Amino acid sequence: MPDPIVVAEGLHKSFGDTHALRGLDLSVPRGTVCGVLGPNGAGKTTAVRILATLSDPDAGHARIAGYDVVREADQVRARIGLAGQYAAVDEKLTGRGNLRMFGRLCHLPRREAHRRADELLERFGLMEAADRQVSGYSGGMRRRLDLIASLILRPEVLFLDEPTTGLDPRSRGEIWDHVRELVADGTTVLLTTQYLDEADQLADDIAVVDHGQVIATGTPDELKATIGDRLDVVLDDPAALPAAMTVLNTLTGTDPTTTGADRLSVALPGGGFRLADIVRDLDHAGVAAADVSLRRPTLDEVFLRLTDRKETVR
Amino acid sequence: MTALTSPLGRLRWTLTDGLTLVGRELGRLRHDPGELVAALIFPAVMVLLFGYVFGSAIQVPDGGDYREYLMPGLFAMVTFSALMGVMTRMAADASRGVMDRFRSMPMARLAVPFGQTGADLLTGLLMLAIMVGAGLLVGWQPHRGLIPTAQAFLLMVVLRYALSWVGVYVGLAVKNDQVADAMVPLFLPFTMLSNAFVPTDGMPGWLRFLADWNPVSALTAASRELFGNPGAPSGSVAWPLAHPVATVLLWSAALLLIFVPLSLRAYTRRGR
Ligand SMILES: Nc1ncnc2c1ncn2[C@@H]1O[C@H](COP(=O)(O)OP(=O)(O)OP(=O)(O)O)[C@@H](O)[C@H]1O
Ligand SMILES: [Mg+2]
Repeated sequence: MPDPIVVAEGLHKSFGDTHALRGLDLSVPRGTVCGVLGPNGAGKTTAVRILATLSDPDAGHARIAGYDVVREADQVRARIGLAGQYAAVDEKLTGRGNLRMFGRLCHLPRREAHRRADELLERFGLMEAADRQVSGYSGGMRRRLDLIASLILRPEVLFLDEPTTGLDPRSRGEIWDHVRELVADGTTVLLTTQYLDEADQLADDIAVVDHGQVIATGTPDELKATIGDRLDVVLDDPAALPAAMTVLNTLTGTDPTTTGADRLSVALPGGGFRLADIVRDLDHAGVAAADVSLRRPTLDEVFLRLTDRKETVR
Repeated sequence: MTALTSPLGRLRWTLTDGLTLVGRELGRLRHDPGELVAALIFPAVMVLLFGYVFGSAIQVPDGGDYREYLMPGLFAMVTFSALMGVMTRMAADASRGVMDRFRSMPMARLAVPFGQTGADLLTGLLMLAIMVGAGLLVGWQPHRGLIPTAQAFLLMVVLRYALSWVGVYVGLAVKNDQVADAMVPLFLPFTMLSNAFVPTDGMPGWLRFLADWNPVSALTAASRELFGNPGAPSGSVAWPLAHPVATVLLWSAALLLIFVPLSLRAYTRRGR
């Protein structure tokens, strides 16, 4: 495994009574995308703010490219880009004006700042709107400008905190494409998101965070494997639902969830289930099934299970 | 790339980045000329409104012209507006995440407050110029020659700069542009509770005490004295009004000494 470029060890952070981070560990290999998932209030933004030098941890430490985020903040800042949940750009300036200003503040010489602004506007398809005030931009355009503004210095590590929240599917797809391009160029990305398909699409590794701790890590496939395959059953007759429930419960040891008047879905613990056996069991119980299928769980199901189990433990 | 290490390098980048941010404020005004016009027309409207509406009703102490009496007060009022202006700008940046972007960049940390107060100084000078024009138009003028006149304007600039740092601090503390906007009217009493528009003698004791020690009163009194306008303090008045120039300078020094370090600490703090 290549050396990690982002390392966090035992991060703690409290806000008054709220213990937002309780020993969060994270390690992101260079050139990969790490998706940080977690329910609202899990501590994702808090972790990103610490890694991006905006906030100091109460305990624990973190390094970016070997530099400590507290003691060597300037070195860290020269290597990172941050795009947050809302567009952090000046509404009153034009898109070009914003990028030129941020370029100057990154200490690029004037000519270079102008050149870089144009280059980024061109590459990310904002040239048309370059000379319009940002207040007249659509939500997607603003978010794209915000993303671009974090790319001026070609950061080694890019932090994206919910980069597509509130965007329509098309704008989301555009942001995803941009992220893929950046990763292809060698940028390491740490992405927090509420959308599990986003993590599925973009992330090499996923860290599921809940109550300020990482409760599971792995590739999307590994995480899906931990909760086993799903069985979906569609019945001929909705009246057979209770009978089907009983059969599936006996088979798997868990209560199936009804996904419609005539539909059931259940997680299969471990492997070793054969479709033919299941169909036969249903048949014996007099349940006529229109469709029985085995499938990999979605990341949503993984997420709900992981964060749910935590909930029942406490 | 970025030499933020040596003290001299730091200072240089603080100035350079501060200037970039001054440029940003000017850019905002250029793209939003409405805001600029409103900001500039405001003082002119005040001159006309106060001069003609109140002027007909209020008796100036030593029988002078009310518009002559009024102008130093309006100058002081506009000077005080720096606090609210900078406060709302800082709060807006803090609440929209722009401040976080600045903080996550390898720029000079102190450039943001310095840039903001520097930009306010430029707009402040522009507003003063407009007011001088409007004042001359309604019959106001300085009577004591170039040097005292220049001294009066210098005092306004100094106090304005000090007050803008109070704005930096309050804006950073509030961190929310809507709250900051809602707070603006709360500052109105500071200008009203002074000798800017009416003499303080008529006020009840405790009110008069506050008004006498108000920096707005000191600036008004100093300007009246230096411009040779009516209403300059005479006879037995409170210490600040007997020494208005010294009071303005003391107030400015005190505000800067308190609020520059407080603001810088609030800006660089990484608690959140
Ligand atoms: N500045 C703050 N002051 C007080 N509490 C805070 C502050 N910032 C975060 N918190 C609290 O810390 C916890 C973690 O917040 P955080 O914003 O990191 O969660 P998150 O995982 O990003 O959630 P979301 O998905 O809603 O963005 C929450 O309970 C939140 O209320
Ligand atoms: Mg968040």
